[in-house]
Amino acid sequence: MAANLFGLSRRRWRATITAYLFLGPALLLLGTFTFYPVAFGTALSLFDYDVISPPRFVGLEHFRQLWEDRFLWIALANSTKFLLVVPVLQALSIGLAVAVNVPLRGIRWFRAAYYLPVVTSMVVVGLMWRWLLEQDGVVNYALRTAGLLDRPIAWLGHPDLALFAVMFVTLWKGLGYYMVIYLAGLQAISPEYEEAAITDGASRWQVFRWVTLPLLRPSILLASTISAIAALKVFEEVYVMTGGGPMFRTYTMFFYIFDKGFQQLDLGYAAALAVVLAVLVMALSAANFLVFRQGGWSYY
Amino acid sequence: MARYAGLGALALFTTFPLLWLLSIALRTTGGVFGFPPQLLPWPASLGNFITVWQTMPLPRFFLNTIVLAGAAVALNLVLCSLAAYPLARMEFPGRRVVFALLLSTLMLPGHVGLIVNFVTLLRLRLIDTYPGVLLPGAVSVFGIFLLRQAFLTVPREMEDAARMDGASEWTIWWRVMLPVISPALGVLALFEFVAVWNSFLWPLIVLKTPDKYPLAVGLLYLSGLFAHNTRAVAAGAVMMTVPIIAVFLFTQRFFMRGLTVGAIR
Repeated sequence: MAANLFGLSRRRWRATITAYLFLGPALLLLGTFTFYPVAFGTALSLFDYDVISPPRFVGLEHFRQLWEDRFLWIALANSTKFLLVVPVLQALSIGLAVAVNVPLRGIRWFRAAYYLPVVTSMVVVGLMWRWLLEQDGVVNYALRTAGLLDRPIAWLGHPDLALFAVMFVTLWKGLGYYMVIYLAGLQAISPEYEEAAITDGASRWQVFRWVTLPLLRPSILLASTISAIAALKVFEEVYVMTGGGPMFRTYTMFFYIFDKGFQQLDLGYAAALAVVLAVLVMALSAANFLVFRQGGWSYY
Repeated sequence: MARYAGLGALALFTTFPLLWLLSIALRTTGGVFGFPPQLLPWPASLGNFITVWQTMPLPRFFLNTIVLAGAAVALNLVLCSLAAYPLARMEFPGRRVVFALLLSTLMLPGHVGLIVNFVTLLRLRLIDTYPGVLLPGAVSVFGIFLLRQAFLTVPREMEDAARMDGASEWTIWWRVMLPVISPALGVLALFEFVAVWNSFLWPLIVLKTPDKYPLAVGLLYLSGLFAHNTRAVAAGAVMMTVPIIAVFLFTQRFFMRGLTVGAIR
């Protein structure tokens, strides 16, 4: 090899080649299964493709159909409603993190107990809650015994309640995950700030509201973005618990993509749906990134 | 004391459904229904576990899951530690670009690649195969960042000493670096194991033969086939969950730390 080819010495060349040999397998796989889909996914949305016959170019036809697609609007409405889980989940997780951020004996085991739903498979969680939420299941029994309910309700079969029942399960499973994020955030806050506020005569609530909460902002942004993206893409709990029903009341964007793509094998149309979802998700991520650039981007 | 009562009530909220599942699995009669619900499994027996193990293809699903999880962990450990090493310890043209590309994947909506990846696997004739299940997740960007962080903390002197002895980059990576970052490798292995053990959507899409199903997909399949025998399905669900809870309880400390490092995943 000629010396100083492209301004790099022989030694630098060797080092560069070695570096890329190390990176090669990872870049190849990420290129194929992470970067390529971004480009080709958009292209695929311009074709009709059903696996059996070769792809047929249809231009923007799918997007025109989308506009008139009743199910798209149903799915979009349900996915948007699902975002309601985000603020509730964040508020409760912050509360939980504050509650376990104390040097109590055995606190480690309480944290573990709150984290158990996170490591449990969504299939197990879904089956379990499907049984608990049955008309003659435990949840109805508990609510009736407590006098909160007159008649038992089939939560997952009720058109107006099914989506909220699924959201409740998402909440139950997610609490521990976000608790850990907030706990890390709380522990990164220097105790001096809170002590100073206490010396100035602030009440516990005031300390939390005006000192702790503002300092927790980076964690809140991070966690709520993760949570919002997860909510827009909700699938597994829906698939296991309601299958999109009753009467399409839990039919979410991702469920629609799955249905079109893998059950009806209408891959081009599913790709167009995926583009719509991607735009929504990226809008959320971009908003997050803009805020994070101002000092919160230190998670690595 | 009041504090413990509050924390205990919360713990009951998060663990009751799991305990109740266990109670159904241990029961010999009755199902999930009935007013008032029978909370304690009495008379209790392990009969359902034996039934589910012998009459349903559960042993098969366990084996499949262990194979898949083992392969996924091995692939990630090797590929992520290979990729993370030059990013942490070497200077080369394009390093910043590669780094930015990797960072950008954290903002890409991951699941959107699902459709295209399915088409890619069709073309590669990998549908209904384990390589098809494994390849798209064989390198996690989270893993690369986690290990890069670990490589960064290794003192220069260790590397220099090896280099003086004439060791190549590969030898340094394998003999000097990997042993030092083994705690980080452990965290990655743990996360990957739990993720694959519980993974559901992608195997559901790729695998067409029930014999190849991992536990998560298999259990749902069984719950449809054996809808009349909830106790047996509950026993299967308990068997799927116990190993993962055991792993979690023994490695709790690692777990919580790893999560906060890679919360962006």
